[in-house]
Amino acid sequence: MTSDEVYPGSEPARWVYLDRIRTRPGPFTNPDVFDGSAVAKAMESMKVLVIGAGGLGCEILKNLALSGFKDIHVIDMDTIDISNLNRQFLFRQADVGKFKAEVAAAFVEKRVKGVKITPHNCKIQNFDEDFYMQFQLVVCGLDSIEARRWINATLVNMVDEDVEDSYKPLIDGGTEGFKGQARVILPTVTSCIECQLDMHAPRAAVPLCTLASIPRQPEHCIEWAHVIAWDKEKPFPTLDKDDPEHITWLYQKALARAREFNIPGVTYSLTQGVVKNIIPAIAATNSVIAAACCNEALKIASNCAPFLGFPDDNYMMYSGNDSIYTYTFKHERKDDCPVCGQQARPLPNVDPAWTLRELLDSLAERPEAQLKKPSVRAEGKTLYMQSPPGLEAQTRPNLDKTLTELGLVDGQEIAVTDPAFATVTFKFRLRFK
Amino acid sequence: MLKIWSMKKEQQKAENADSAATGGKKKKVTAAQLRVQKDLSELSLGSTMSTEFPDPDNILSFILYIEPDEGMYKGGRFSFTFNITPSFPHEPPKVQCREKIYHPNIDLEGKVCLNILREDWKPVLNLNAVIVGLQFLFLEPNASDPLNKEAAEDLRNNREGFKRNVRQAMAGGTVRGETYERVLA
Ligand SMILES: [Zn+2]
Repeated sequence: MTSDEVYPGSEPARWVYLDRIRTRPGPFTNPDVFDGSAVAKAMESMKVLVIGAGGLGCEILKNLALSGFKDIHVIDMDTIDISNLNRQFLFRQADVGKFKAEVAAAFVEKRVKGVKITPHNCKIQNFDEDFYMQFQLVVCGLDSIEARRWINATLVNMVDEDVEDSYKPLIDGGTEGFKGQARVILPTVTSCIECQLDMHAPRAAVPLCTLASIPRQPEHCIEWAHVIAWDKEKPFPTLDKDDPEHITWLYQKALARAREFNIPGVTYSLTQGVVKNIIPAIAATNSVIAAACCNEALKIASNCAPFLGFPDDNYMMYSGNDSIYTYTFKHERKDDCPVCGQQARPLPNVDPAWTLRELLDSLAERPEAQLKKPSVRAEGKTLYMQSPPGLEAQTRPNLDKTLTELGLVDGQEIAVTDPAFATVTFKFRLRFK
Repeated sequence: MLKIWSMKKEQQKAENADSAATGGKKKKVTAAQLRVQKDLSELSLGSTMSTEFPDPDNILSFILYIEPDEGMYKGGRFSFTFNITPSFPHEPPKVQCREKIYHPNIDLEGKVCLNILREDWKPVLNLNAVIVGLQFLFLEPNASDPLNKEAAEDLRNNREGFKRNVRQAMAGGTVRGETYERVLA
């Protein structure tokens, strides 16, 4: 089919150019893996998960739908705020207060025929591995590092070497003002989000003593009210950054301090911005990064061209601060990454009647570990720590308890550290006899 | 669809790796906890410091005791709460002094002005770096980063007077109208 045969604006016209990419080999396609006759059909049955339906998420959902994906799920716990409307273009004024995932899904379904979008108005942590296992691809448009680390660790932990479907590529987009990045993580194969933690610049902070003694900017006065005056006076039991009454209290405090030091510029909205650490979101940055992410999704799904993560470069950074600059490079996997550095190894033939001491002795004999002074924890449970001394004394009684008494179950993961292997954390999964 | 699986097999062949994982339900240890466990097992407290874990299962929250054996604060016993969020090590631990003490870099509520606890924190730093930094504050209080303005002034203008004030405050006395907590060990 050529473009001459379809009417512009008709439904087939929408897919003409996409299908040229999906059906014909190009200069970059690898003939070993590209099968132009099967791509469109394969993409129709592929399940893609989008995490976040905000600034990036709206763009991502629209792009994926227009890239030929037909079965999309989206998770977002947030509701629509009036301040979202300038850039989160799937939302209208009448939608304020409704769930983002729900409204975004309905909008895109209406505009792109044949696509099914399933919304989940909740936190990503509400779902377990069984839920994430159903997808072939995960695309993230989040503004929280914590949520990114969670989904990253979940996908890395789901990898089962013997199950091909357990490897879920993670495409992650992020923006901050005029800057952004797009990256692809192939769990346990390429460097993961935890390996790349140093790429996130920590929030720029002003020294506490500057706030306390020599404020120079309106932001210093607001931070002073936030971190020093609030704790001192405790006007409310806990600070709720979304409560106008609380923000007003901080604003008044900051204003008084600014007057004392002759600093102009403290306003209510600046107070809100500083306290909630709001970096102005730029619609153009979101669309550039979302486009890059969805290009990767299309390439991974169709094999029409090489993608981030394979063979080398896995990270694209973008800056629009000073004209436009992008740089794509390989972020190396870290051997000592606490998430992907060590896959949990199965520890077979463990007897639940063993004492913890017997378990540790058995670890010391394992050739790959040969631990001398192991410290062991499970999630939410400190089994035995060699250091610091106080904690050693507190956990020593555990050594003579049985695994059952300690509440350990079949399939449980334990993390073992040893100062002899300073950079490595060993993870084992208990397999009871 | 991309074949990560076959890529992985290739990679493993190259590395001759032998790790293996099996499926099933798993309760995994979170990244922040793994990192704290690692930091704790590498901690070197020496004879002047000790820790207390109110709940040993929660290693994200503990108390550090410092008893300086030299300098102007010798003979005192100071304690700090450490609260580590799930964002660690992206975010620094939150550290606060539990006693009301006379120190130029610690305010009356216990807030600490230490660069690596705030503006100079980096994920590569560990708990040991923080603990060494706190210890250093008692050996070398610093007049140029004041959180307690009066104490900083005293240190800058009259070092001998500052030393006397430190002794007085540690004994539970009053300095410049402010009564401090007794912290003598
Ligand atoms: Zn990693």
